[in-house]
Amino acid sequence: MSEKVLLVDDEHDFVETLAERMRARGMEVSATTSPIEALKKTETENYDAIILDLMMPEMDGLEALRILKEKNPDLQVILLTGQATVEKGVEAMKLGATDLMEKPADLKALTEKIRKARARKMIIVEKKTEERIKTIIGGKGW
Amino acid sequence: MSLLEKIKPKFWDAEESEGLSDFRQLWYLTVLLTLEVTLAPLIFMTLADYNVTQKSVESEILLRTSRLVSNTRRSVSFFLDERRSALNFVVYDTPFSELNDPLGLASILENLKKSFGGFADIGVIDAQGRQKNYAGPYRLEGIDYSGQEWFREMVEHGNYISDVFMGFRQVPHLVIAVRCSLPDSCFYVLRAAVDTERFNDLLSQLEVSGQGDAFIINHEGILQTPSRYHGKVLEKISLSVPKFSEKTEVFEGRGAGAEDVIIGYAYIADSPFILMIVKKKNELMKSWQTTRMKIAGFLAVSITVILFVTLGVATYLINKIYVLEQNRASIMHGMEYSNKMASLGRLAAGVAHEINNPLAIINEKAGLVKDMFTFRKEYAKDEKLIGIVDVIVSSVERCAVIARRLLNFARHIDVNVQSLSLKEVIHEVLGFLGKEAEYRSISVSVSVPDDMPQIESDRGKLQEIFLNLINNAFAAMKDEGKLDISAKQENRDSVSVTFTDNGCGISEQNLSRIFEPFFSTKTKVGGTGLGLSITYGLVKKMGGDIRVKSEPGKGASFTVTLPIKADQKEKGEDIHASLIGG
Repeated sequence: MSEKVLLVDDEHDFVETLAERMRARGMEVSATTSPIEALKKTETENYDAIILDLMMPEMDGLEALRILKEKNPDLQVILLTGQATVEKGVEAMKLGATDLMEKPADLKALTEKIRKARARKMIIVEKKTEERIKTIIGGKGW
Repeated sequence: MSLLEKIKPKFWDAEESEGLSDFRQLWYLTVLLTLEVTLAPLIFMTLADYNVTQKSVESEILLRTSRLVSNTRRSVSFFLDERRSALNFVVYDTPFSELNDPLGLASILENLKKSFGGFADIGVIDAQGRQKNYAGPYRLEGIDYSGQEWFREMVEHGNYISDVFMGFRQVPHLVIAVRCSLPDSCFYVLRAAVDTERFNDLLSQLEVSGQGDAFIINHEGILQTPSRYHGKVLEKISLSVPKFSEKTEVFEGRGAGAEDVIIGYAYIADSPFILMIVKKKNELMKSWQTTRMKIAGFLAVSITVILFVTLGVATYLINKIYVLEQNRASIMHGMEYSNKMASLGRLAAGVAHEINNPLAIINEKAGLVKDMFTFRKEYAKDEKLIGIVDVIVSSVERCAVIARRLLNFARHIDVNVQSLSLKEVIHEVLGFLGKEAEYRSISVSVSVPDDMPQIESDRGKLQEIFLNLINNAFAAMKDEGKLDISAKQENRDSVSVTFTDNGCGISEQNLSRIFEPFFSTKTKVGGTGLGLSITYGLVKKMGGDIRVKSEPGKGASFTVTLPIKADQKEKGEDIHASLIGG
């Protein structure tokens, strides 16, 4: 099963090219230059990982991250930015980012991080499913 | 080094530069002005006092001399008057017949000797100048005085006092003669010789200060009484005869030995005598000299003290101002420099940030080109094309490294000191790396004592230091490794954080080089060799220290010591060092 990824970056050339390359590697990628559109997409689609830029004219990446995590804490968000600093990284981690990468990024490394993010998500989903089943079973009075 | 070099204040050789005063000139001005307003009145007052004191001492001397001369003149006049009056009394009281009787005259002489003393002989001379009767030690009857000067003068004035002369006995005498007019316009003269011993006694008993000398001369300057310094009786004195004055006179003159003398004199009325008192001025001025020395000493001491105090105070104050101004200048300079560095930093950060986005695009486009070639069979074997794309990708990577250095440099300039908890920072950084630890099953333990003080530091830099060290530890460890992070307070001023891993460790030869820039044992696996040198630079910049202990195969332990209070003397650092090091 291929990874389902959402790419968010205000640089059109960048997102499109990266998306194309990722698709060539068998990933299911949607790309957008608008964080607001990205927020909408996450409401209807279920992504394994969201690649998010930090500085975008429409909305700050950290702000987008906060809203995403608020809506769905299970979302795996990898920040990909040209303005990486340790402080921003720490802030992002506090907000629940899965990882942070500096632009220009090595695609191999990025792919690796996406895969790891997906694995984490699977674990979380599994755990939650398990808990839900337990609750359901418990609720039935077994 | 000469003494002058040692006491020379710092500002003396300071070069005059823009915005800095000319301190040497300022010093001259201060010293000269201060000396002028302190020394001028002092010297003026001292000189005035000197003059006034000298004048008063001199006039005091003159006054005293004048008084002494007056008193002595009175005594001398009295002595002469007394004897003249005695003879006058005798000549008018005694009948002529008794005067002509030798026995009677002898008895008169005897009475005079008893009553007044000093009378040596007495004679009666008639109007023709012939000695009619005589009483005394010599046989002088019948001597004719008519041709002598004194007799003529006597006849004219009615009485006469002679100069001192050596009598037949070789004793200085003077003669007093009085005339007695008879009714028939005839007259006779009573002439008595008086020895001058009483006279001499009178003068020698005078206490004359200043090695003084009191004596009598006649109008020709012949000594009538012995003198201590000016010759014997009847010798001519070396001083000139002072001009006539009715009053007592005192003047300053030159003595025999060319020394300064005070001369007091008085013409004694109805006699050929001049009383003179001569005092040595130097002797009299001795007390003045002591005073003068005191004044001079006071002046010298005052000037020295004023000089020292003025020089000392001026030098001290101006040096102080110099140091302050230097500090001010260096602070201004520092501010200017750090402002410059800050704007440079902002510029660098802006460039680095902006450049990363286009770099990312180039990177992806090149990657896409490469993908296209790799995925299509007809190009897959074209090594030249693949090589070109690889060069583009590696060049992009190089640019990225440069951008990262610029960012690092910018970050190092901005120092944002705040009070923070070590524990919090460690956990923040671990949150960053926690996922990697989780994946690799690395166990991380953190022990920070609860009473750990907050430290003043830059959060971003501290995070970077810890991140680098933890990253390093992770890189050194295999999966399922173990990292211990422990913090403790070293002393009142510093805390330390130790990162101990059980990784591969560092060999002894590498241990001394690990903080050098570009030193890396992992160059082949992507290490830049900059992490630890950046960490080292950051720790040093924050006023701390970093030490490492390690045994190959057993792991390594890095200890970072940090000051609790931030060092305020944070300096803008060398841009080159930053760019190369970062």
